Amino acid sequence: MAVVFDRPHALVDIPMHYCPGCTHGIAHRLVAEALDELGIEGRTVGISSVGCSYNNYFYFNCDMIQAPHGRAPAVATGVKRSLPDSIVFTYQGDGDLAAIGTAEIVHAAARGENITVIFINNTIYGMTSGQMAPTTLLNQVTTTTPYGRDPKLHGNPIRVCEMLSTLKGPAYIERVSLHDIKHIKKAKEAVRKAFKVQMAGKGFSLVEILSTCPTNWGMNPLEALDRVKNEMIEYYPLGVFAGEDLEV
Amino acid sequence: MGERLLMKGNEVIAEAAIRAGCRHYFGYPITPQTEIAHYMAKKMPKVGGVFLQAESEVAAINMVYGAASAGKRVMTSSSSPGISLKQEGISYASGSQLPAVVVNIMRGGPGLGGIQPSQSDYFQATKGGGHGDYHMIVLAPSSVQELYELTVDAFNLADQYRMVAMILGDGVLGQMMEVVNFRDEEPIVETDKSWCACGHGMKREHNTITSIHLDPAVLEQWNINLQNKYKTICEKEQRYEIYKCDDAEIIIVAYGSVARIAKNVVQVAREEGIKVGLLRPITLWPFPVKAFEQVMDRAKAFLTVEMSSGQMLEDVMLAVNGRKPVYFTGRMGGMIPRVDDVMAKIKEIMAG
Amino acid sequence: MFLHEVIIAGFGGQGILSAGRLIAYAGMLDGREVSFFPSYGPEMRGGTANCMVVVSDEPIASPVLNSCTALIVMNNPSLEKFESYLKKDGVLITDSSLVQQKPVRNDIRHFELPATLMASDAGNKAFSNIYLVGKLIKETGIITPESFEKALYGVLSKSKHYLIPQEMEALRAGMEY
Repeated sequence: MAVVFDRPHALVDIPMHYCPGCTHGIAHRLVAEALDELGIEGRTVGISSVGCSYNNYFYFNCDMIQAPHGRAPAVATGVKRSLPDSIVFTYQGDGDLAAIGTAEIVHAAARGENITVIFINNTIYGMTSGQMAPTTLLNQVTTTTPYGRDPKLHGNPIRVCEMLSTLKGPAYIERVSLHDIKHIKKAKEAVRKAFKVQMAGKGFSLVEILSTCPTNWGMNPLEALDRVKNEMIEYYPLGVFAGEDLEV
Repeated sequence: MGERLLMKGNEVIAEAAIRAGCRHYFGYPITPQTEIAHYMAKKMPKVGGVFLQAESEVAAINMVYGAASAGKRVMTSSSSPGISLKQEGISYASGSQLPAVVVNIMRGGPGLGGIQPSQSDYFQATKGGGHGDYHMIVLAPSSVQELYELTVDAFNLADQYRMVAMILGDGVLGQMMEVVNFRDEEPIVETDKSWCACGHGMKREHNTITSIHLDPAVLEQWNINLQNKYKTICEKEQRYEIYKCDDAEIIIVAYGSVARIAKNVVQVAREEGIKVGLLRPITLWPFPVKAFEQVMDRAKAFLTVEMSSGQMLEDVMLAVNGRKPVYFTGRMGGMIPRVDDVMAKIKEIMAG
Repeated sequence: MFLHEVIIAGFGGQGILSAGRLIAYAGMLDGREVSFFPSYGPEMRGGTANCMVVVSDEPIASPVLNSCTALIVMNNPSLEKFESYLKKDGVLITDSSLVQQKPVRNDIRHFELPATLMASDAGNKAFSNIYLVGKLIKETGIITPESFEKALYGVLSKSKHYLIPQEMEALRAGMEY
C-alpha cells in the first residue's frame, strides 16, 4: 500500500505535550518537513527558547540547544559563526522574541545574520498561564490585563514583521497563519523558503506564524482558529514584508 | 625560547587565547578591558577566527553559549558591571556543562562604580554570581606572564571539566605592560567533544544542550553529578604560591596585583626585621586550602589584603578555621593599598 | 642593586605614556626586568596623565609605586601631587617652560630643562618628552641611549621611522643640557 502521509524523519516519534487545539504541533511539523525535503537535518542545529516550546529538543531530530529566555538569536549567532556550513534556526514565542529578547532579535536581523527564525505569535504567554504578551491585542483579556489591554496602561501590540522590515539586514520576512488548510499550505511554503534563503547564504529570514492558544484564550479549538481568522489577521496582516522578489 | 615582548596585560590575554586555539570572541566595550576587544578585532580575521561586537553583554555571553555548544574554544571579556550582565549566561553554561572562558578585569563598584582597579567581584566569581549551585574555575594572575599562561590553562581546564573558567584580573593587570615570554608551542589539551551540537550528519542520535530538567529527581541527580565534578577539581586543581614563608610569623594572603604590592611589603618588613611571608592563591576557586596547612604551624597570624571590603577574607578564615588569628586591611572604590598602610597594620598586629 | 622607579606626569598629549613605554622597552632591550603602569581614564588629550616605570635587575614586586627614585614632571599639578613620592636623594626633572612652581623639598636633586621650548625651537613640539628622557638617562643611567634608539624602532610604526634621527638628537640635547 502506498504511504501518502507519514511522520517526517526530522520529527521524533513521541507524543507532544501541547494542549489540544494548540498549533505548535503543526508549526513543528512544517519545520520538520522542510528539514526533510531540503535534506538538511544532518547539518541543522535548532535553538529552543523559553515558553511552551522550551523542550522541543525532544521533538526535533536535529541537534538542539536550549537557550535562555529571549537569547535564542544570540545563541544562534554563536553557532552560525562557529559552523558557517550548518543550518541554524530558532523557534521562539512572542514573549521570548518580542519582549525579553527584543534586543537580540533586532540586532541579529540588523546584522543580516544568516539564520532562520520561526516566530510563533499567539498574542499571549502560554507556559506561565496566560499573561499579556507584547503582541496581545487591544482589549484582549489576559491574567495580567484582567480588564482588557488598555493602550494607556499597557502600551500597544508590536508588529514584529513590520518593525524588522524597516531594517536593511533581513533577506526574507513573511507572516503566515495556521487557521485553515489553505493557510497551512502557504505557511509551509514560507518556512521552506526561509530555510532556502539561509541555504543560499542570503541572510536573515523570519516567518511569523499566527497561532492559537485555546487554553489561555478560554476557547475551544475551533473558536480559537476563528479568532485567528477574524481578529488577529486584522491587526497582523498576512504577507511578505521583505524579500518578495527573492528567488531561491 | 619563544618571543620576548613588552606587552599590555589586556593584549596578552587576547594573544594567549588565540594561541590556545580560541577562534571565537564575542564582547562589548567597557573600561578597563577594552584592549582585549581591540586586539581580537585586529587579529581574529588574520587567523581565520571570528570577532563580533555584540549588542550587549547579555548577547555576547549567549553567543559564547552558542559557540561553546558547537564545540568551539570561545571567550568573552568584560569588567565588573558587564560581568553582572553575563551572570544569566554563565549560570546556563554551567548548568549545560559548557566549556568557555570569561575574563573579568575588575573595576570598583557597586553599580556603575568607577573604572579604577578593584577586587570587589571576588564573591561574585567564587560563590556563584548567577543562580543555582554551580562554580566556575577562577584563576587569578598577578603578572603579565601569568595572564598569558593562565589564560591558556583556562581553556584547557574549561574543556577538561566542561565548565566555565574565569580569568579574574583587575585594572592594574589589564593596563600594565611587562615582558612576556611566549612559548613556541602551547600545551593544548585535546578533549572529547562528541557531545556538541554541530549537526549529526545523519550518523548518530541527535545531541541536546540543555540546562532544564523539570523532574526534580532528575535535576537533583544532575546537580549531584556537578558537585562530584567540583569535588574532583577541589582535590586536583588548587594552585598557589608560597613566598618567603619558611620563617614567617605574619603571613599576608593576597592575590592578583595586590600580591605584587604584598611582595614589596615582605621586602620592606624584612628590612625592618619583621618576618613576613606571602601566601598567594592562584586559583580562587578552588580556594587553595592545602597551602594553609603548609604554613599553619609556624605562622602567628594571617593578614588578608584586598582591594575590597574583605571578601577573600571569609575563605581565609574558613581555611584557618580558628587556629590562628586572621586580620584584614584593604582599600575600596579603585584605591590601591599602599605599602605603608600594610606595614602599619603589621606593626599593629605585632604590638598585639 | 640596580633599581629605578620612575614616575612621569603631566597632561595627556604631552607624550607622558609613550615616554614611559619607551623607557620600559629600552630597559627590556638592556636585559633588565621592566614594568609599565599607565594611569587610565576618560581624559584623553588635555586631561591629566601619568605612568609608573620600574627597571630592575631583580624580578619586580609591584608595578604600582608608592615611592620613586626619579620623577619627571610636565605641569604644576603633577609636581604638587608627586613630589612627596620621591625618595631621599631622588631625581626630579621639571619641564621649566611649563612648570613655574619650585619643589618644597631640599633633600632631592632637582634639574630644570625647558623641554617644550627646546622642542619647538628645534621644530617639533611633540618631542619635548624625549629631551626630558635624555636628562633622566644622564642623571640616573636607567637605560642606554643605544637601547632607546632600538626601542624607537620597536615601538614606532614604520611610517614614523624617518623621525627617529630627530628624536635621537632631542635625546642627546637633553643629555647634554
